[in-house]
Amino acid sequence: MTSETTRRKNSRTGIIAGLAAAAMVGLGFAAVPLYNLFCKVTGFNGTTQRYDPVAAAAEPKVLSDTVSVRFDSNVSPKLPWKFYPEHPRDTVSIGARDMAIFIARNESSQPVTGTATFNVTPLQAGKYFTKIQCFCFTQQTLQPGEQVRMPVLFFVDPKIKDDVDARDIQEITLSYTFYPVDEGKKAS
Amino acid sequence: MTDIAATAPVHGHADHAHDEHDHKPGFFVRWFMSTNHKDIGTLYLMFAIVAGIVGGVMSGMMRLELAEPGIQYLHGWAQFFDPAAGDTQAKHFWNVLITAHGLIMIFFMVMPAMIGGFGNWFVPLMIGAPDMAFPRMNNVSYWLTTVAFVLLVGSMFVPGGSGLGAGTGWTLYAPLSTSGSVGPAVDMVIFSVHLAGASSILGAINFITTIFNMRAPGMTLHKMPLFVWSILVTAFLLLLALPVLAAAITMLLTDRNFGTTFYDATGGGDPVLYQHLFWFFGHPEVYIMILPGFGIVSQVISTFSRKPVFGYLGMAYAMVAIGVVGFIVWAHHMFTVGMSVNLKMYFTAATMVIAVPTGIKIFSWIATMWGGSLRFTTPMVWALGFIFMFTVGGVTGVVLANGGVDTNLHDTYYVVAHFHYVLSLGAVFSLFAGFYYWFPKMSGRMYSEVLGQLHFWIFFIGVNILFFPQHFLGQQGMPRRYPDYAEAFTYWHHISSIGYAIMAVGMFFFFLNLVYAFVAGKKAADNPWGEGATTLEWTLSSPPPFHQFNELPRIA
Repeated sequence: MTSETTRRKNSRTGIIAGLAAAAMVGLGFAAVPLYNLFCKVTGFNGTTQRYDPVAAAAEPKVLSDTVSVRFDSNVSPKLPWKFYPEHPRDTVSIGARDMAIFIARNESSQPVTGTATFNVTPLQAGKYFTKIQCFCFTQQTLQPGEQVRMPVLFFVDPKIKDDVDARDIQEITLSYTFYPVDEGKKAS
Repeated sequence: MTDIAATAPVHGHADHAHDEHDHKPGFFVRWFMSTNHKDIGTLYLMFAIVAGIVGGVMSGMMRLELAEPGIQYLHGWAQFFDPAAGDTQAKHFWNVLITAHGLIMIFFMVMPAMIGGFGNWFVPLMIGAPDMAFPRMNNVSYWLTTVAFVLLVGSMFVPGGSGLGAGTGWTLYAPLSTSGSVGPAVDMVIFSVHLAGASSILGAINFITTIFNMRAPGMTLHKMPLFVWSILVTAFLLLLALPVLAAAITMLLTDRNFGTTFYDATGGGDPVLYQHLFWFFGHPEVYIMILPGFGIVSQVISTFSRKPVFGYLGMAYAMVAIGVVGFIVWAHHMFTVGMSVNLKMYFTAATMVIAVPTGIKIFSWIATMWGGSLRFTTPMVWALGFIFMFTVGGVTGVVLANGGVDTNLHDTYYVVAHFHYVLSLGAVFSLFAGFYYWFPKMSGRMYSEVLGQLHFWIFFIGVNILFFPQHFLGQQGMPRRYPDYAEAFTYWHHISSIGYAIMAVGMFFFFLNLVYAFVAGKKAADNPWGEGATTLEWTLSSPPPFHQFNELPRIA
């Protein structure tokens, strides 16, 4: 029968294996913040970049090449808002700052808070689409019937021309979707 | 494998020490509170056969519906569960069928049979151990699996969105499984997978501990039979992959019930994250299902070639390599979510690397047979069938590994054909090889060789007619998970359904053979396979004593 030493060795191996399993559960949950970080760093899935004046060494150089930027707006069926870009399309020089205006109007009779998610396509352009200022970074509360003009300040990073996957991009679509903010839900 | 039996002491039923210890507990204690690895293995095998019948009947229903274009039977079946079921509920029932078929076959047929069944039965016997390291935990594992199965089957009778049951596919992708499926069905499926996962993790801990600490003196890691190696690698895959699935589906559960937004873009989450987590588990999972099959096939081919396996160390470490590389290729299941070209290139290349150790295994099996004195007994023909099926499935796997090609073939019948060739046929052929190989040892009875051969040949012809045309359907653009199709697809769908019927006839001979063996089967000798069977289980009686190796065998 199993001797005392084998028994002790068994408990030790069993515990180590159990800890490994527990660590993998932890890693599964750790994937959530890691994944967000990964998307921010790499522009994965069209995650746009945020302009950081401290980290940016110099103003980006403005190139003679231009790129066409289309603005796409969507509203969740649960949100009683109208939401649309002032101009559906803009042509910008790569590296130059540009401002786009989006208009949102609350068509209901109550104040409603909404928040927008966003990405760009083609997905490879996410890494080079840099926002300096955007309404999408914060939640917006609109009073009944209130209409606001919301600016987005952005530029297309000239480094896009050095990326073999992205240098041929002629048109970038910046898409927003507005959702109602559910008080029960918090950002994960 | 090494010739260990030659130096192992004769340790059979005549052993005096056994006679005193071989009293078995009463029926209830023996089968419901079992701590004996052989009894638990038997329970697992019976469970897997029952689950296999349930899952197999579901695939039969699907092939019946798919035999002709249009929807013929779904309405009737849905109304059987809910008399008020309309068109939506009927179509939802289709999704319930594909979901349940996938989950049952993976978690409740292949895994319990391979790991719980043959693993429990033969790992202790092959390494010369008296039992598993944690016999009570072994019992917990088994009963968790049965509860999980009850939960899964039960989920088919409760609301799950647009009808009764969970219709999410076995992958449980968000947002269909979160905001898309209102009702308790998906929660029950998630719990079921939690329990099945917990059961497998406990089992994995048990196997790792047993194999590391309970080997008989002289049984070094590099002398272990390849089946034990395959279970060891599988146990590590289970230990590292299943907790990630547990985390992923726990987040599904909180997204569904507690207002979190891990996979919900409105709260800053991302549904693609679920796919990454799921496939980080899901890809090792396919090796979990096939690696023990590799082990079984190695034993069978060596036995019936009357030669040790060619390139033993290469075979063992090929399995280790497959296990390791299996963890870094997951995104080839989701090439179409919008990855950069570089990412696709990496996952394409990494996936193709797996073909190398797999090729080593196929080569070594053939080299084992080369110059051997071959006997084409029932287990051997199943093992040869495995090699054929797995090679066909492996070739289509290399095709699908290409990110560019996969864009075209993703979610088509080509993928269905591919994974049924490697799993439904590869894994199942190795299961039958193992079943016929070890049946005399487990039951003490011989099966009918004629019925076994009939089972093999009819099944082999049937499944090839069933699945081979699905390659054509997929290349022509037939999407998977559809109950209906354009008339252009009728020809091959119809042939595929005929293949199912042929396979079902083959399965009839399997059950007939079981009945025959228990009613009229000859008594099996300790080693019915002769000198090719060199592993320790053949030194014991058939069936082995209730407690074996009270005095540990010494392996020189």
